[in-house]
Amino acid sequence: MRDISLTVEQGEVISLIGPSGSGKSTLLRAIVGLTRPTSGEVILDGVPINYSSRRSLREARNRMAIVFQQYNLFQNMTVLRNVTVTPIKIRKRDRREVEQEAAHLLDKVGLADKHHAHPDELSGGQQQRVAIARALALKPEILLLDEVTSALDPELVNDVLDTIRVLASDGMTMLIVSHEMAFVREVSTRVVMMDKGSMVEEGEPSEIFNAPKTSRAREFVGKILRHR
Amino acid sequence: MQSLLNQIPSFFTYYNVMLLLWGIGSTVLLTAAGCGAGFVFGALIVLVRITKTIWLLPIKIVVITYVEFFRRIPFLVILYLVLFAAHAVDPTLSLFGVAVVSVCLLATAYLSEIIRAAIESVQRPQIEAADSMNFGFWRTIYEVVLPQAWKVLLPPATAFVIMFIKDTSLASQIGVIELMFTGKILANRSFSGLLVYSVILICYFVLSYPLSRLAAWMERRLAAPTGTESQRILRTSAGFAGYQSYG
Repeated sequence: MRDISLTVEQGEVISLIGPSGSGKSTLLRAIVGLTRPTSGEVILDGVPINYSSRRSLREARNRMAIVFQQYNLFQNMTVLRNVTVTPIKIRKRDRREVEQEAAHLLDKVGLADKHHAHPDELSGGQQQRVAIARALALKPEILLLDEVTSALDPELVNDVLDTIRVLASDGMTMLIVSHEMAFVREVSTRVVMMDKGSMVEEGEPSEIFNAPKTSRAREFVGKILRHR
Repeated sequence: MQSLLNQIPSFFTYYNVMLLLWGIGSTVLLTAAGCGAGFVFGALIVLVRITKTIWLLPIKIVVITYVEFFRRIPFLVILYLVLFAAHAVDPTLSLFGVAVVSVCLLATAYLSEIIRAAIESVQRPQIEAADSMNFGFWRTIYEVVLPQAWKVLLPPATAFVIMFIKDTSLASQIGVIELMFTGKILANRSFSGLLVYSVILICYFVLSYPLSRLAAWMERRLAAPTGTESQRILRTSAGFAGYQSYG
């Protein structure tokens, strides 16, 4: 990846679009330090994250949360435990308070009746909503969503998208990788088009989708619109 | 056959039964020592192998060589190797001591591979999720990896322990008085070989059968935490019927 420069303001919802293999997911993974970039910087509130320093990385990770395409819920834990384990064990917060919050979050994502289910008993859409609740329980300042609907059956996609819509209206700062173009267009404050590991174009959703400036973006958007 | 039946009263004398019990005790001790050491050192080896730091590289090479080497030579060869090495280093080491060292060497090599396979069966994304939430190495192992690896570990580990009980019989070859060797002693006392080794067979069976039942029970218990209550009951009853269709 090269030539990536992106500033995210608080409360913004930024979507990364582009063909498969263009580096969208890699960018999110690099931000949370799951993939190490060879060069470049991620600056959080004016302070660069030092990915080779455990302390710096831990502090950065305490302020963000990522939701994965394949949910990655802990298979050995119940839904409630998935949501509460990090606040209780890692953040050392009070169990009762955390569990109350978790119940509220699970209610918010429509899974109030699934506290004691295990991930393998839930549908993909339900698992993904648990994963979102788990991420929100960390009270992140920025939420990274990595193709969160790509592994879901079509009829389950909307449940998850509705959940994200609510978050957007609540003012959550989000960086979204998605192939759901209608959703991206509706929910984003800005859209970034990526191709072959670089940023191709950046702008408001209406600009990118209606009047793309670069030929690569025009080609990509044209293809998508033709598919619809 | 008649003579065999006639021998039974004179076979089960106090002295012979004590000898058999001694043999059983010795076999159990060898198995326990081997498997105990195997689990502890095997786990340590796995820890060394999965830790990604450059300064562990020399140790990694040593342990990988050890594991790959000892899994490929017959136990009997290990026994003789340790026997002669022991005589060169410390001639006072007893034959039982030689056998203990040998079983530990063998079991550690095998169990480390079984543990490693179980740990590696835990999918990478599970660990990444933990990592992204600041779990750290030990917390990830304790909260995520072990609870999931356990189920994968149990069947091959039990199979290994059961196989290992039988393998300790090879220690009789260097003269360690374990179950097989007590058989030899009794057979040499002009008891019918058929009678003696039938008794030995029953002893081995009695040692290993409860273990396989215990393992089957533990597998059912461990399979239970995932699945709804009704599935759990179904699974348990299916287990009792000897029919397991749930994964």
